[in-house]
Amino acid sequence: MLRIEHAYWLLALFLAGAASLNLREHRWWHAAFWTVLAALFAGGDYVLTATKAQHQLPAQLAGVGVLALAVLAPRMKRGHIIERSVEEREADALRLRHKLLIPALLIPLVTLLVALFGNRANFGSLPLFAQKQMTLTGLALACVIALIAALIVTRAKPSTGLAEGRRLLDTLGWAALLPLTLAALGGAFAATGVGAAIADLVRMVIPVQSALACVVAFGLGMVLFTVIMGNAFAAFPVLTAGIGLPLLIQMHGAHPAILGALGMLTGYCGTLFTPMAANFNIVPVALLELPNQNDVIRAQWKTGAILLVVNLALMYLLVFRF
Amino acid sequence: MHWLPLLGVAVVVAGFALRFNPVPVVVLAGVVSGLCAGRSIGEILGLLGNSFVSERALLLFALTLPAIGVLERAGLREHARNWIASLRSLTLPRLLIAYLGTRQILSMLGLTNVAGQAQTVRPLLAPMAEAAAEKRGAPLDQNERDDVRAFCAATDNVGLFFGEDVFIALGAVLLIQGFYAQHGIELQPLQIALWALPTAIAAFLIHGARIVLFARRIAQDKLTSTSTPAAERDAAH
Repeated sequence: MLRIEHAYWLLALFLAGAASLNLREHRWWHAAFWTVLAALFAGGDYVLTATKAQHQLPAQLAGVGVLALAVLAPRMKRGHIIERSVEEREADALRLRHKLLIPALLIPLVTLLVALFGNRANFGSLPLFAQKQMTLTGLALACVIALIAALIVTRAKPSTGLAEGRRLLDTLGWAALLPLTLAALGGAFAATGVGAAIADLVRMVIPVQSALACVVAFGLGMVLFTVIMGNAFAAFPVLTAGIGLPLLIQMHGAHPAILGALGMLTGYCGTLFTPMAANFNIVPVALLELPNQNDVIRAQWKTGAILLVVNLALMYLLVFRF
Repeated sequence: MHWLPLLGVAVVVAGFALRFNPVPVVVLAGVVSGLCAGRSIGEILGLLGNSFVSERALLLFALTLPAIGVLERAGLREHARNWIASLRSLTLPRLLIAYLGTRQILSMLGLTNVAGQAQTVRPLLAPMAEAAAEKRGAPLDQNERDDVRAFCAATDNVGLFFGEDVFIALGAVLLIQGFYAQHGIELQPLQIALWALPTAIAAFLIHGARIVLFARRIAQDKLTSTSTPAAERDAAH
């Protein structure tokens, strides 16, 4: 049976491969960085099981690994890794044409098939995919199938997969890691009561008798908290427990379903503004080789700002009416 | 002390404002807010390590890199560019709006991982958009090319965020339902998802309009643009 853990092990293998290529080229910092990350991915399940069994040491070692990554990250300079020349690529492109698209489209297609039919696929009497995070398991499987197809279509050696994957991975550099460290920070913030303190702060400064003030405080609070945490999911429970539930629902009679849906989406507007939402706003900067870290945010903040106003208006008009 | 852990937030804000490398800033912020909350070093390390490995799914997109890399080596981006250049009627706003709509609908169906910055934006959408933009009759200069790429990434984000919340069996809706259930309010997932529709439509209209304006700006810029074509520059380094 295929489980999400297999995908993590596969990723650990890829990271270790990238580390060994960097080691061979004497790019020590990159090699060390990917090695530590590979170890965290390979050992992740062990850490989680151990924590559940009240055994703290593996999680603490993982914490040391995270600190090591933090020390290594600033030392990874983005060097240009030799790529095939444009002329060679153009020649291949003209020869292979649409065949090149097939493996690329296999990634979404296989992911889609697993998401839709994965729970009906059986291997003998065993189900082929575990229920937990089946779509992501499907994505991992899709990547393997797409790689094989890409190697067949382009007649490249299997080692090309690692070499080219390493090229892109090094292009990403530490940006690849940022989403995970931010998620870890979210965990640390939640566990140390940062959320509750922020909700109290908001409640101290607004006039609670005014329904409009409460709507605006809830909406802007969601945005502010999302900007700080990089994630509306972390903001929602804090702001709804602090403002939404006691003030809007219980005091002013707001409709919980509408408030929940619009409140979450208001937080999403905040996601468009913040470098803390690294996987959406910083990773593409590295992937698209843009010069400024905030280029993607610059392209999208106006959409977020207009939508934020629309959302606040919708919230005020709808939540008290149904 | 109730307010002290907020220092962790201050560390993040200061670190980003001073443009330090974000990774150590973020880790330091976690350590600071842990210390302020009176946790021991051992507890903080355990907390960091445990939350880090719990979120491994966030790096799974890296598994697409070997396949995408092999295809790029064989000219995938060049082909995507050539292909779009040959389709006369596919203009920049049409391409981006079609992508935005498709991404929203796929996310509404729960298919959030089908597209993405690594899977579709870098290898396909960005080169396609560049080719579509160059149909104005002049090549893009470096700044314009970066603007087009950034707008592609932004379009992917908007499509993902404001479609996802309409899907009933995933992430956001279940989180909202679960939160209310804990506080004694029972809701059906569909009730919540339905109220995400007005915002989804508003997001499509607002970002669609911005795409049209952006494309018009790029099309008009050709009058002032006199620089070298993107392909020649790529060959130069």
